[in-house]
Amino acid sequence: MSEILIKNASVCDPFQGIDCEKMDLCIRNGKIVESVSSKAKVIDAKGRLTLAGGFDGHTHSAGKINVGRFMNPNDARRNPVPGLSGKVARTEKTRAQVGYNTPNTYAIGYRYAKLGYTTICEAAMPPLSARHTHEEFKEIPILDKMGLTLLGSNWQVMEYIRDKEPEKLAAYVAWALKASRGYGIKIVNPGGGEAWGWGRNVSGLYDPVPNFEVTPAEILTELGKANEKLNLPHSVHVHCNNLGHPGNYETTLETMKLFEKIKPSQKRQSLHVTHVQFNAYAGTSWRDFETGAPMVSDYINQAKHLTFDMGQLIFGPAVTMTADGPVEYANSRMLHEKWSNQDVELEDASGVVPLSYSPKSFVNAVQWAIGLELALLVKDPWKVMFTTDSPNGGSFVNYPEVVTYLMSAKKREEVYSGFSELALGKMVLPEIDRELSFSELAVMTRAIQSKMYGRPEKGKLTIGADADIAIYELVPEKIDPSVEHEKVKQAFSATAYTFKDGKLVVKEGNIEASPMGKTYWVNAEVPERVDSAMQKDLELKFKKYYTVSKSNYMVEDEYLPNPVEITTKGDF
Amino acid sequence: MPVIKNAVCSLCGCLCDDITVTVDEENKITKIENACILGHSKFQGMFEHERIETPMIRKAGKLVSVSYEEALETAAKILVNSKRTLSYGWCSTSCEAISKAIQLAEETGSLIDSTANVCHGPSALAAQEKGSPGATLGEIKNRADLIIFWGCNPVHAHPRHLSRYSSFSKGFFVPRGRKERKMLVIDVRKTDTAKLADKYVEIEQGADLLLITALRSIINGHEEVIPEKVAGVSKEELLELAKLMKEAKFLCVFFGMGVTQSRSKYKNGDGVASLISDLNQHTKAVMIGMRGHYNVTGFGQVATWETGFPMAIDFAKGYPYYNPGETGANDVLVREEVDAAIIAAADPGAHFPQKALRQLAKIPLIQIDPYANPTTELADVVFPTAVVGIEAEGSAYRMDAISIRMKKLIETKFKTDEEIAKDLIEKVRELKRG
Ligand SMILES: [Zn+2]
Repeated sequence: MSEILIKNASVCDPFQGIDCEKMDLCIRNGKIVESVSSKAKVIDAKGRLTLAGGFDGHTHSAGKINVGRFMNPNDARRNPVPGLSGKVARTEKTRAQVGYNTPNTYAIGYRYAKLGYTTICEAAMPPLSARHTHEEFKEIPILDKMGLTLLGSNWQVMEYIRDKEPEKLAAYVAWALKASRGYGIKIVNPGGGEAWGWGRNVSGLYDPVPNFEVTPAEILTELGKANEKLNLPHSVHVHCNNLGHPGNYETTLETMKLFEKIKPSQKRQSLHVTHVQFNAYAGTSWRDFETGAPMVSDYINQAKHLTFDMGQLIFGPAVTMTADGPVEYANSRMLHEKWSNQDVELEDASGVVPLSYSPKSFVNAVQWAIGLELALLVKDPWKVMFTTDSPNGGSFVNYPEVVTYLMSAKKREEVYSGFSELALGKMVLPEIDRELSFSELAVMTRAIQSKMYGRPEKGKLTIGADADIAIYELVPEKIDPSVEHEKVKQAFSATAYTFKDGKLVVKEGNIEASPMGKTYWVNAEVPERVDSAMQKDLELKFKKYYTVSKSNYMVEDEYLPNPVEITTKGDF
Repeated sequence: MPVIKNAVCSLCGCLCDDITVTVDEENKITKIENACILGHSKFQGMFEHERIETPMIRKAGKLVSVSYEEALETAAKILVNSKRTLSYGWCSTSCEAISKAIQLAEETGSLIDSTANVCHGPSALAAQEKGSPGATLGEIKNRADLIIFWGCNPVHAHPRHLSRYSSFSKGFFVPRGRKERKMLVIDVRKTDTAKLADKYVEIEQGADLLLITALRSIINGHEEVIPEKVAGVSKEELLELAKLMKEAKFLCVFFGMGVTQSRSKYKNGDGVASLISDLNQHTKAVMIGMRGHYNVTGFGQVATWETGFPMAIDFAKGYPYYNPGETGANDVLVREEVDAAIIAAADPGAHFPQKALRQLAKIPLIQIDPYANPTTELADVVFPTAVVGIEAEGSAYRMDAISIRMKKLIETKFKTDEEIAKDLIEKVRELKRG
C-alpha cells in the first residue's frame, strides 16, 4: 500500500468549485482518498498551484505522426522550446529523445508529463491501421491513452445510411470500435475522404458523396444518432467540411445546427467540433479573408449541445496531418511543400504536409487571432477545450505559451503589435480584454475533458479520482498572470511535481519514473440479432474488397498491455 | 490435424494473410494452401534446410556448440568491450524484435541500420525530399484502372501481388478486374511482368529520371520542350504515355529497385513523387514501393517512432543521429569505423561489397539467424532463432505500411529474435554494473 500526503497545496478544482484554496491531498494506491495513515510520504506543495493531471483531448501523437517524422528528419534536431524539444541523450531513467513537432514516442510521454499532462486522446485512427496506433501507444510512457476511430467516409457506414439501416449502422460502429480498440467516433470532412479516392472533394453538407448517394449532413446526423443509441461515453468528434477555406464558418454553423435535434444519451455534449480555428473563416477568398470567430462564438454562446476546441496556431514550423486528404494536397500545391498521402481502403483518406506559420503573413496572423478569439468570446469555459491540434496548429510543447495568451491581454498585445495593419483590420482580438483565471484554465485543460469524454476519474481531485496531479512552480496569490506572464509560462513549462496514478513521475522538471499508462477503449454491446445481420454484410466487405482478412483486422489483446475496457449497452 | 486459417506469409512485402496451413501431430507443416511458390518454399524450407541446431562460438577458428548462457555472455562481452558496434539487418523479423534491437543499440551506443541500406533506402530519402503520396493496396484493388510497374518484376519477386492487389484482382469499382484495368510496365528489359502488360516501355539503363522529367513536362503542358527521343523512348510514345496517365481515373505507380537503385537513386523516387503530385491536378494518382523483405517497412516504421529516423541511426552520442551516406552500415564498414557487429535476419555476407566484408571479417561478429548463410562464415557468436511468422508471432508492416500480426504456427525449441535481444539487453546491463 503506497500512501502520499501532499500538504499545503493551492488546489484549483473546478468540479468542486475549489478556486486556489489551501488544502491537503491524500493518495492511496493511485487514487485520491479521504485520509492517509501516519506512514504516508509527505510532500510539501508550499502553496503552489495544484491541478488534476492535464488531459489533451485532441492530439496527433500516434499513427499518422510517424509519416510526419519519416518525411521531416530535420524536425528531430529542432529545438525552439529548450527543455521540451530537440535531442536529448538517454539517461538511466529515460530513453533518448528527439524532435519538436514530431517527437519520438518516448519524448511525447516525457514532455506531456513535464507539462503536467497525464492523458491524451489520439484524434484520428483508421480502423485498418489501428494496430499501428496501438503499437506507438505502447511506446509512449507515463500517459493514459485513447484513440478516436475514423468513420466519416467509411463504406459500410455510408451504405447503411443510404439503405436506412440505423440499427445495423450502430452495430457496425460498435464493431469498428471493438476492432480498432477505439474510444469514440471521429468524423473528418464527412464524405470528403471517399471523394478524395477519386481526387475530388465534397463542397458542403449537401453535396452528395460520389457513388454512395449520401450527403455529409446525413453522415453527421446518422453517426450522431448511432453514437447516442450506443450510449458511448464521448459524443461524435467532428472535423467539419471545407476546412481551411475562406467563408467556411457558415459550414461550421450549419454543422453545429444539425446537432440541435440530437439528444445526448449521457450528461455531455451531443457534438464536439474540433480545431474550430481552421473552420471559423469569413470572406470569400484569401484576399478578403477575415475572422469568422464572432459569428461562431455568438452561436456557441446560445447553444447548449456542443463543445469545441481551439486549434490554436503557434508561429514557426508545424506539421499538418489529417484524414482530410484533399486539404493536404491543396496545402502542398499552394505552399510548394512536400506531400504525403495515405488513402485507406473502404475507410478514409489522409495526408501530411509540413509548413511554417509566420506573423508576417496576414493570413497566419489572422488565424493566430481566431483561435484566441474563439476561446475568449465564448463565455462558458465548459464549452472550450484547449488545443493546438498538435502538431497541426503547432506542437503541444507550446501549451505554456498559449496559456499566457489566454491569461494576459498584455502578452497578446506584445504579439499582435507586430502584425500588419491589414491583418489587424481582419480580426477582433485587440478589442477583447478578457483574461482567464487559473480556474477557467483548469476547466479548458482538464475538467471539460473529463465531462466530454465521460471519464469521471479524470480531470478532478475529488475522493476516488485517479491520483493524476500536477503541481506548478507558482503560488497563485503571489502572481499577477496578466503582467507576469513570463513567470506563468515558465511554471507551466515544467512542473514541480507530476503524479501519475499516485506515482511521482516528474520532479522539478525531471523525469523520475516512466510507468506504462492505460489504454481506454469502448465495448458497446449490441443485441445478437442485429450484430449477426450486420456481420453478414461485413463478411462480404472482407471477402470482396478488403485486402486483409477479418480475423487479422481486429487489433489483438497483445497490443494493449494495460487496457481499460469501458462497456456500454446500446438501446435497441 | 490442426488447420490454421488466415495465416500470414512472412516472405515478401505483400504479407498475404490468407494462407491455410495444416500442422500434423509431429509439429510439421504438411499442407500449405494459397501461398505462392516463394511463400510455399519458405514454409516448406523450414523442414528441408538445415537449421543451426545450437548456439555456437568460434574457438580456435572453428564454430563449436555452446550453451545459450555461454553464447549470451560472450556476445554481451563483445558489445560491452566495443567502442562502436554496428547492428544490422532486422528486416526479416518482427517489429517487437526490432524494438528490442533499437533499445539494445541505444543502451550500447551502437549504430543500427536495416537492409534498406542496400534496397529501398533511397525511397526514404526521396520521401524526405518530396513526401510519399500513397494509398493502401485495397485502394488499388478497388479503384485503379491504370497500374504501372516501374523497375520491378512482381511475377518473380511478389508473385501474388498481381492477383491479390493489382492487375488481376477484382474490386468494387473494377468488378471485372484485369479487363477493366490497363497495365503498363516500364523497365530496361522485357521481364515476365512486362509480357503480361498492355504496354511495355523499354528505357535505357539509368535513364529513369530523364523519363520522369519528360513525362512531368508533358503533363504540365510543356510538350514543346521534349526532344525527339528521351531515355530511348520516342516523343510520340511519351505523349501517348502521358495521355494514358492523364485519362486514367485512378492510377498507381508501383516502383521497385530498378528505380531506387539505378543511377540518380533517390532523385528518381523524388521525381516519381513529383510526377504523382502533378498528375493529381488532372486525375487521381498514388505510388507504392515494392518492398522486398517482408518487414523492411516495419523496421522503418518502428525506428521512426522510437528514434525519429527510419534507418542508419547512430547512438554514439546517446541520442539518435542520422546522416545516411555517413551513418549507413556500408559507410561505417568501408571506413573501418566499427569494431564489432551484431547481424540479425540478414545476410551481408552475400550482399555487401568486398571492402565492407573485409572489415566485417576483421571484427567480432554476432549473428542471430534461423539458418546458416555466408555471414555465418564470418561470425564469432551464432544464435539460432525461431523463424518469425512460422515459429514465432509478432507484427510486420506490409509494403503499404499496414501492420499485420503474424501467427505462430508450430512449436519450436528455438528462442525468438525478440527474446535474444531482450536477454542481451539484460546481460549487457549486468556486465556494465560489474
Ligand atoms: Zn486534429
